[in-house]
Amino acid sequence: MSGALTDFTLAEAREALRGKKVSATELAKAHITAIEKSRSLNAFVTETPERALAMAKESDARIASGQARPLEGLPLAIKDLFCTKGVRTTAGSNILNNFVPPYESTVSQNLWDAGAVMLGKTNMDEFAMGSSNETSAFGPVFNPWRARNSNQNLVPGGSSGGSAAAVAACLALGATGTDTGGSIRQPAAVSGIVGLKPTYGRCSRFGIVAFASSLDQAGPMTRTVRDAAILLRHMASVDPRDSTSVDVPVPDYEAALDKPIRGLRVGIPKEYRLDGMPEEIEAIWRKGAEWLKAQGAEIVDVSLPHTRYALPAYYIVAPAEASSNLARYDGVRYGLRAKGADDLIDLYEKTRAEGFGAEVKRRVLIGTYVLSAGYYDAYYTRAQKVRALILRDFVQAYETCDVLLTPATPGPAFAVGSKSDDPVSMYLNDVFTVTVNLAGLPGISVPAGLTAEGLPLGLQIIGKAFDEATVLRAGRAIEEAAGFAAKPSPWWRAV
Amino acid sequence: MSVDRDTVRRIARLARIALPEERVGAMEKELNGILRWVEQLQEVNVEGVQPMTSVVAQKLKMRDDVVTEGDQAEAVVANAPQSEDNFFLVPKVVE
Amino acid sequence: MSSAKTIRGQTGDWEIVIGMEVHCQVLSNAKLFSGASAAFGAEPNQHVSFVDAAMPGMLPVINRFCVEQAIKTGLGLKAKINRVSVFDRKNYFYPDLPPGYQISQYKQPIVGEGIVTIDLPGGETREVGIERLHLEQDAGKSLHDQHADYTFVDLNRAGVALMEIVTKPDMRSAEEAAAFLRKLRAIVRYLGTCDGNMDEGSMRADVNVSVRKPGAPYGTRCEIKNVNSMRFVAQAVEYEARRQVDIIEGGGAVKQETRLFDSRNGETRSMRSKEEAHDYRYFPDPDLLPLEIGQDWIDRIARSLPELPDEKKARFMRDFGISAYDAGVLVAERELADYFEEMARAADPKVAANWLNNEVLGRLNRDGLTIAQVPVSASANASILAMIADGTISGKIAKDLLDILWSEGGDPRDIVEKRGLRQVTDMSAIEKAVDAVIAANPDKVEEVKKKPKLAGWFTGQVMKATGGKANPSAVNAILKSRLNLPDDV
Ligand SMILES: [Mg+2]
Ligand SMILES: [Zn+2]
Repeated sequence: MSGALTDFTLAEAREALRGKKVSATELAKAHITAIEKSRSLNAFVTETPERALAMAKESDARIASGQARPLEGLPLAIKDLFCTKGVRTTAGSNILNNFVPPYESTVSQNLWDAGAVMLGKTNMDEFAMGSSNETSAFGPVFNPWRARNSNQNLVPGGSSGGSAAAVAACLALGATGTDTGGSIRQPAAVSGIVGLKPTYGRCSRFGIVAFASSLDQAGPMTRTVRDAAILLRHMASVDPRDSTSVDVPVPDYEAALDKPIRGLRVGIPKEYRLDGMPEEIEAIWRKGAEWLKAQGAEIVDVSLPHTRYALPAYYIVAPAEASSNLARYDGVRYGLRAKGADDLIDLYEKTRAEGFGAEVKRRVLIGTYVLSAGYYDAYYTRAQKVRALILRDFVQAYETCDVLLTPATPGPAFAVGSKSDDPVSMYLNDVFTVTVNLAGLPGISVPAGLTAEGLPLGLQIIGKAFDEATVLRAGRAIEEAAGFAAKPSPWWRAV
Repeated sequence: MSVDRDTVRRIARLARIALPEERVGAMEKELNGILRWVEQLQEVNVEGVQPMTSVVAQKLKMRDDVVTEGDQAEAVVANAPQSEDNFFLVPKVVE
Repeated sequence: MSSAKTIRGQTGDWEIVIGMEVHCQVLSNAKLFSGASAAFGAEPNQHVSFVDAAMPGMLPVINRFCVEQAIKTGLGLKAKINRVSVFDRKNYFYPDLPPGYQISQYKQPIVGEGIVTIDLPGGETREVGIERLHLEQDAGKSLHDQHADYTFVDLNRAGVALMEIVTKPDMRSAEEAAAFLRKLRAIVRYLGTCDGNMDEGSMRADVNVSVRKPGAPYGTRCEIKNVNSMRFVAQAVEYEARRQVDIIEGGGAVKQETRLFDSRNGETRSMRSKEEAHDYRYFPDPDLLPLEIGQDWIDRIARSLPELPDEKKARFMRDFGISAYDAGVLVAERELADYFEEMARAADPKVAANWLNNEVLGRLNRDGLTIAQVPVSASANASILAMIADGTISGKIAKDLLDILWSEGGDPRDIVEKRGLRQVTDMSAIEKAVDAVIAANPDKVEEVKKKPKLAGWFTGQVMKATGGKANPSAVNAILKSRLNLPDDV
């Protein structure tokens, strides 16, 4: 019966637990077994079965005594960027391969406080820098999806690739991700699941290993929009320990989910129609607009003229912040320390050379360069001005629409190793998602269909700041119309 | 703008990342590939635009002047590669 | 006399130009961006939060009181409070700087231009311009002498709030530099924003020194770090100015550099570790938002400001009629000023000021004590002065009495009674003493008839015989009549 238990959506599992049709321990065990049998995906860096069973046991006791909390007994996977007290947290990097935080991130703490059960820590691109999960020091993650009649391994997207694969392969009911330039939505799209990046400031960044502080935002990765609504409510909070966490109360997103979208004005930004974009992407985007229109939404053409400058601006701002954020990995207080250093500077240089992978080094060097004397204004100040223009584009677009509909990615999952040689071509994976981070807005990726080869494609809904409820509602409308029910065949599962 | 090899060496030094001499050329190429690509930002007219300082429209949060944390030296040094008597140890720094 | 001072070289006079950057530790319970204690002197790494140790994912949240302290200090420096300021990251690697950057304020500090009036010898004053004040984090401590091969790092100081106060290059002598630091210290101590304790490092000065021919443009400056006492500031300036004059006059050029003051031999020397060119890559800290300060907050703080040294000095001169010099000395420390005011309420203010400056401060100085540690209360001193005024004791006895109180404590009037220190005004007792001295010294009696100036010798003998308690004018009067001396002696 374990297959059936892991096939539950989060909402279904919640009902089954409440109705005492299944115990939290059974649910946890089913997922632990699924994880053990799916190690070939490399979705987890650290599995925490004992902790899962201990938490499930407490959940069963609470359910029995009528003191169940909102997420009581629901097994989740946590991206290895969230610090978890007493559980190794690596950020996908060799430089943190032995780091055990003495504290818990606010987001994960919120989830445990709501009764959720921790299955383990998921693999990811090193320090969340990547779009394919291939930069992880713990090896690439494989996408549960394969093209029809192919045994070519595909990437699950990134940087939250482990979380995407775990949810897509039914190894967890849901997972946390973080999204700096698309790292929730892009892997969700190419892995056939739902990924939501909330408004910047909605989820606390406290205890999340920082990549680019002004862009990083945690969010849920689930198999349905409803599940995303349920998880977001319990990830989000107003946190006095994060100066950028915004003092806006967290609404009940699930309650607003089923409100019809009649009258919703959906903007179609013309600049998202790229030269050479695959016809399949165009087609699914058109279809998305038709689905929403059929449900009573009004489709309006809008313009976001600075869209094409978003990625280049991002590749100045994010590396600049990262170069500073990653200075703390110096071999002094935690993490890797290189052996055989002659002196302190040698120790720093060797530790960081050994501890960081190629992509992280590349970005730290770019970031160091654009902040350095004489270049700051030409690069960083200009990028921040462009960023202001990108935000202005959105503000103007929202004068005539409530949400925007765009493709989530420029294409489906690609083969492992196929883009690792050219950083810029890898960066282009985030072309549709990165604008949202620069403007601090919420965005969701929802599975919308399959390519001719049988690979999932996602559509993205972008909303106004702190209007996750509408984003989820529009996402739900897409989900319903698309009727996406396909599942990857479990080629990875050990017998 | 592009970087030359000396600049690559200087940046690596600033960033405290050892860059073996045989990698400098390759890194120069990679960085210039990215820099050439971000160069397109020069096209944008940013006249009179204030650079974005924060995406969050709210006042800076403040804490009360209360001691809430401390007396946890063991936890602070628990992950340290080298420590003694709750001090972190690094190779001798000569002033 | 002009307070500008020149130093003489072979080619003529040189003017010294001095600017200062003073780091003042903010008096607060907790650190600037974390909830760890800012208190001095704990076991290694005990006053450290995970934020201070720059653990992954830790974030800064600013301490409201530290902001308030900076505003208060800005107001005390008569400076402009910037309604919007920004925290930047100053990036560099050092083991006592856990995140690899210091959160500081670079382009937009919390406090802008202000003025400090310094007090110079002779009661003269001079204004020193303040360029800015910004808030920033202190670094931890590296101990290099614990082990042959390792430096030990303690982060207890890491993240403690500092106010960096930068002056304009307005000082022209070592005395002015020291006077500035003294005055700044007085102001922050009055305000309660910094304890000014240079020994514990809660106030540290970096001194920028250059020399030029009077009227010429500024010369190349050197920054002298680690000057941690008023005396060292003066020494460092003197040494450095002379060094620069010698270089220029020897045909060389001063190299802009950071130098260290070595207090053992009173010299400055180049800091090797600072030689590597720095590129701090400042940028606004994305973990923090701009700091916006409402005018109502500034107004509230302004209303709570105590009377500051300059105002107090003016009031003392006006209300008590004491000299600018005396007033300047008395207001240097808030406790001393309070002490004086208490005395001045019960005694003649001018007499009190003199007594305090000469007797009390002299003894404090001798014993290495501060006014806060003074063993004799202001009211006891006022009683002493009252007893001089009403003739109960002589001025000489008063000083002895202060010594007794200083070392043994007690009530001044009790001691005068119990030890019989009362001035003797009983004429018959004095006559008896005079007669005894005359009877015992017939040869001197003969001498004094020829040399009336010798009368002083007799006075001394009588005072000695009465243990200093005889009223000196009574003794003189009786001596004159007994020895038939002329009135004008
Ligand atoms: Mg300075
Ligand atoms: Zn400073």
